[in-house]
Amino acid sequence: MSDLQSQDYVRRSATTMTPPAARSHEDQVAKLIDVSRCIGCKACQSACMEWNDLRPEIGHFEGSYENPMDLGPSVWTLMKFAEYENEQGNLEWLIRKDGCMHCEDPGCLKACPAPGAIVQYANGIVDFISDKCIGCGYCVKGCPFDIPRISKTDHKSYKCTLCSDRVSVGLEPACVKACPTGAIMFGSKTDMTNWAGERIEDLKSRGFEKAGLYDPPEVGGTHVMYVLHHADKPSLYSGLPDKPRISPVVEVWKGILKPLAVIGIAMAAVGAFFHWTTIGPNEVTDEDEAEAARVLREKEEEST
Amino acid sequence: MTRPANAITRYTTLNRVNHWINAGLFILLVLSGLSMFHPILFFLSGLFGGGQWARAAHPWFGVLLVISWIGMIIQFWRANLPSKDDIAWSKAIVHVVANDDEHVPPIGRNNSGQKLVFWSMTLLIPVLFVTGLLIWEVYFGEATSIPVQRVAVLIHSLAAISAILVWVVHVYAAIWIRDSVRSMTQGYVTPGWAWHHHRKWFYQLAASRRVSKTTPRKNP
Amino acid sequence: MTNTWQDIRNANLVIVMGGNAAEAHPCGFKWVIEAKIENGAKLVVVDPRFTRTASVADYYAPIRPGTDIAFLSGVMHYLLEKDTIQHAYVRAYTNASLIVADGFSFEDGHFSGFNGETNTYDKSSWNYEFDEQGFAKTDDTWQDQRCVINLLKQHVSRYTPEMVSRITGTPQDKFLHICELIAATAAPDKAMTSLFALGWTQHSVGAQNIRAMAMVQLLLGNIGVAGGGMNALRGHSNIQGLTDIGLLSNQMPGYLSLPTDKETSYDEYMKTKLFKPLRPGQTSYYQNYGKFVVSLQKALWGDAATKENNWGYDWLPKLDIPLYDIIKAFEMMNNGEMTGYICQGFNPLQAFPDRGKIRRGLSKLKFLVTMDPLDTETSRFWQDFGPQNPAKSSDIQTEVFQLPVTCFAEESGSLVNSARWLQWHWKAAEGPGKAMSDIWIMSGIFHRLREMYRKDGGAFPDPILNMSWKYTNPIAPDPEELAKEMNGRALADLTDPVTAVVTKAGSQLDAFAQLRDDGTTASGCWIFAGSFTEKGNQMARRDATDPREQGIAPNWAWAWPANRRILYNRASADLDGKAWNPKKPVIEWNGTRWAGIDVPDYGPTVKPSDGVGPFIMNAEGLGRLFALNLMAEGPFPEHYEPFESPSENVLHPKVPNNPVARVFADDRASFGHRRDFPYVATTYRLTEHFHFWTKHALINAILQPEEFIEIGEVLAKEKGIAQGGWVKVSSKRGEVICKAYVTKRIKPMTVDGKSTHVIGVPLHWGFTGQARKGYGANTLTPSVGDANTQTPEFKAFLVNIERTAAPAT
Repeated sequence: MSDLQSQDYVRRSATTMTPPAARSHEDQVAKLIDVSRCIGCKACQSACMEWNDLRPEIGHFEGSYENPMDLGPSVWTLMKFAEYENEQGNLEWLIRKDGCMHCEDPGCLKACPAPGAIVQYANGIVDFISDKCIGCGYCVKGCPFDIPRISKTDHKSYKCTLCSDRVSVGLEPACVKACPTGAIMFGSKTDMTNWAGERIEDLKSRGFEKAGLYDPPEVGGTHVMYVLHHADKPSLYSGLPDKPRISPVVEVWKGILKPLAVIGIAMAAVGAFFHWTTIGPNEVTDEDEAEAARVLREKEEEST
Repeated sequence: MTRPANAITRYTTLNRVNHWINAGLFILLVLSGLSMFHPILFFLSGLFGGGQWARAAHPWFGVLLVISWIGMIIQFWRANLPSKDDIAWSKAIVHVVANDDEHVPPIGRNNSGQKLVFWSMTLLIPVLFVTGLLIWEVYFGEATSIPVQRVAVLIHSLAAISAILVWVVHVYAAIWIRDSVRSMTQGYVTPGWAWHHHRKWFYQLAASRRVSKTTPRKNP
Repeated sequence: MTNTWQDIRNANLVIVMGGNAAEAHPCGFKWVIEAKIENGAKLVVVDPRFTRTASVADYYAPIRPGTDIAFLSGVMHYLLEKDTIQHAYVRAYTNASLIVADGFSFEDGHFSGFNGETNTYDKSSWNYEFDEQGFAKTDDTWQDQRCVINLLKQHVSRYTPEMVSRITGTPQDKFLHICELIAATAAPDKAMTSLFALGWTQHSVGAQNIRAMAMVQLLLGNIGVAGGGMNALRGHSNIQGLTDIGLLSNQMPGYLSLPTDKETSYDEYMKTKLFKPLRPGQTSYYQNYGKFVVSLQKALWGDAATKENNWGYDWLPKLDIPLYDIIKAFEMMNNGEMTGYICQGFNPLQAFPDRGKIRRGLSKLKFLVTMDPLDTETSRFWQDFGPQNPAKSSDIQTEVFQLPVTCFAEESGSLVNSARWLQWHWKAAEGPGKAMSDIWIMSGIFHRLREMYRKDGGAFPDPILNMSWKYTNPIAPDPEELAKEMNGRALADLTDPVTAVVTKAGSQLDAFAQLRDDGTTASGCWIFAGSFTEKGNQMARRDATDPREQGIAPNWAWAWPANRRILYNRASADLDGKAWNPKKPVIEWNGTRWAGIDVPDYGPTVKPSDGVGPFIMNAEGLGRLFALNLMAEGPFPEHYEPFESPSENVLHPKVPNNPVARVFADDRASFGHRRDFPYVATTYRLTEHFHFWTKHALINAILQPEEFIEIGEVLAKEKGIAQGGWVKVSSKRGEVICKAYVTKRIKPMTVDGKSTHVIGVPLHWGFTGQARKGYGANTLTPSVGDANTQTPEFKAFLVNIERTAAPAT
């Protein structure tokens, strides 16, 4: 997406500078997806395609209602369908709208090497700024939810923007507007959390004792949250991570290694410099040449 | 080029061309790679026309480097085989560093430091190549799972840092040991240089009469 | 719908059976979710497959396709046996107490009066017992064994839970649990809503499926109340409008019947439409039938329709057979009896059963005119599209005229939704290319025909030459002008007999109550009277205010009849006029008149003590548990197996199928037997597509690109079919080669002791449009219809399935 925001950045990829903090910001936003109300109609997918002008290729049937088969540079949200037989032997068809979770602590942003290619606005939305994206795919590795996809056409990374363009002018995201059953809601994170509480109570009263809110603290919470019937087992929902976190490998890579390496290389160069200034070059002397000449002469004489 | 009459050829034209191709690619890789490694170095991507170009070019530099390095291996593997002298030399590393050459045992064509550079690169370049392929988004982005790619990118970074450190040592050593650079630019060293730094090699050459006081020969 | 979409949220129990509301009506389904959230409602789904609706249901039970009557009769049996019916309601508002004539009986699968040679019923015994004044006899104590309620008890007594499970394959415990949930809504302040669609209509017993549930709802007192009702979710935008304006071969606008050839005069025609009250003091509103007919005739022929010529009665077409439905039309094409076909907004090659027969029929035509915004399969039937349409163009002589027409957004007009709302819409864009409106095309055809009749005469030019066509722009009449004509206007000054208010000649009518049978009013569709009045276009109203937050916004659009949102709403109040459910009153008696949030479906000042029944369109004023002679198969629903069935009819093996369904000989010959086609198949829609239209739209094609069928894991394993693997599904009529979706959502059912597999066949794919080419579900389906409506039996038939290799591409 392009960066035409009225929002301040609170995080910016590959940046060492402090984000603007003088203004006190409005509430953080959140999208709440109530899985128990979702009928899997894909209106959200259509709306996403229409609003964002996305038209992936016409694919094939591949043994599921999931179409297209995966998120992609032109597929920013995707209904995922899981058939689950519960302990009572009854079938549950767990349908989940997949897409960017807009982590409070975004792994993509952490991994991104291009300054300002990934930003987090004051309202919590994590956005990709396409013209700054270099297409390295590090965000893919940083994401705990397997969301970003790199385009083969323009080599830029894409994902749900939470319709940052709409939100910044006071509209709800397109998927929210299109959802016929109100399964996708949008508002302040506080309101959404409260509303989720009511929904969870209702679900509990209907026998889903483990109903709960998915707002994983491991990534500082998310700005896209789910109401799940089985909050104890998120992975039932087409592999929603049970405990999502930025991979420790990425933490090492983008955490300790980054400064250490730069320091290490700099130290090596500095060390070399001081070796030069203290000990200096190792030069060949005239004596060496004379010695070498002597040896050569002797050898020549030996052979004649 | 003023080549002294008694000069000893240390690196052939092919050696040198290969080396400098290698060096050029390595520098391009370092610059483009570092630009994607730490934000304070992102400016380096400007040397390549911006981040997208740096990202796109880096793996191709890598592919070329691998090819180039194969040439290096073919040409230099024999000279870098370890020998007993390496132990003694390594033990005297403090004297080496201190330019205290009196206490450094004589060594053959390559000393242990040079061999270390060669074998480090011979190990690191394939590691960088393989891990680089795994994270080469355009062609292999979907070939492996993301956890594998995460490990690959970490190994790639570690290997790259190691290679850069080796390279720093290599470059400084070339500057430090006077006239080494000339050996790689013009191909020759003086007998005194050989006698000073690689005495065994010098005696070898002298014994095989492949070097004379007056007429230089082509091959070492 | 008797109620409205919004009203669903007032339900305590939502039962979706014979439909898949979430999947096929996702927008309206929001009200089910509202009911769950705001009203704590439970959602029950009964369906052969675990559908998208089931995915948000509180309770799901499987059922074998085509056995809904057995299930619902079992429910009635449960309610009557456990005596969990709403007694006061059933006694006062249904015909439970009325006594049925002695001759009526049911034996071995036949009701009384069956003629085995003609496969027809003499329905004279399907009637009440009458007293000397011609009123139906009644026994309020229900002691008389011939009371409707007792006959019903007896009729459904065979449908024990064991029997229901044996026929339907629904496990007994699940069936009984659902019965319990349903029975709980017999409480006066509890309501169940029934949401259904083509899952009930597309059967050889379709109308009886719906009737069975309507009877359940009457027993529970759930008709007329908020959150109750029988709610048909219409499958097309404006399919409600289509039936309303009588676009069926045996109807005229406003559900008036087209005369038969035996009704040679207007008086003869009206003899069967007198609707004399069958109980004392009843409204029997259809006594006004003549007013509706005469006003229609005046709209059709204007001044040419006079009292002297019986309002042009002779100019109406007369039916020689009950109806010329589409199955009949294609039978006639195949027999060379119909040689021209104008196909307007319709794609029969995709939409009607036995695709091969449809293609053969079209191939025998002299000409075919298609009018459609899309490049339909029907208009391309003659072209070779490979195995999906293996036509040999050189053998087909049909001349095809493909007329592109504008789409709904490219013209103004009204659409009638499921809740009977006429909603005006405004033109948003010009049509593309050479597309013209349907109105322009039909007017053109009319003018040319009239000119030819005028010039050349012809066998019977009068109906066309006398046709009233007084539009401002006769070439393409304005939709508003047509809407005004539908509403109707006064042709002379009309004085209201009660209020003495005068309606000036030429002004728009306010209500159908103003219609006259003396030629002083004209109305193109009596039930639409009030939609476009002197106050303007009522359909264009957009005030969403819902005064009681109870799902009724009286100033949003306009609902027929009379802007009434809940039909039979008098029944929402008890005998004294107080709401059964005080929390959700619809209308109540305030001492002088009926008042509330809806327009009373009742005389507005008729006192509760007058004893007038709430079902004023029925001659006895009561809801009918006993349908008299109005249904083809009998006054009570009875389980008949689909024409292709995996099982015997265990109730009466000698009468397995609907005895009065019309089956053409060649169609009967193409029924398959369970020996060769052992699996039950059913067809349905997916959310991603709307019939055969949206495969032309890129986004929809992306969302569901390719034809597939659904089978259970057990059958897939038996047949070695892999997930997403290629299969050949065949019926006696054709085969479909596509991919298989192996799913846990379809499980084998035990029917009459045998394991029975169901195969799901989504119906969207054809050979034109953006999505990948498909064979279409109707390649497989049998050409047999419901005996009342001739709606084809798409929902239950037999197929075989085998694994196959991927077709060469």
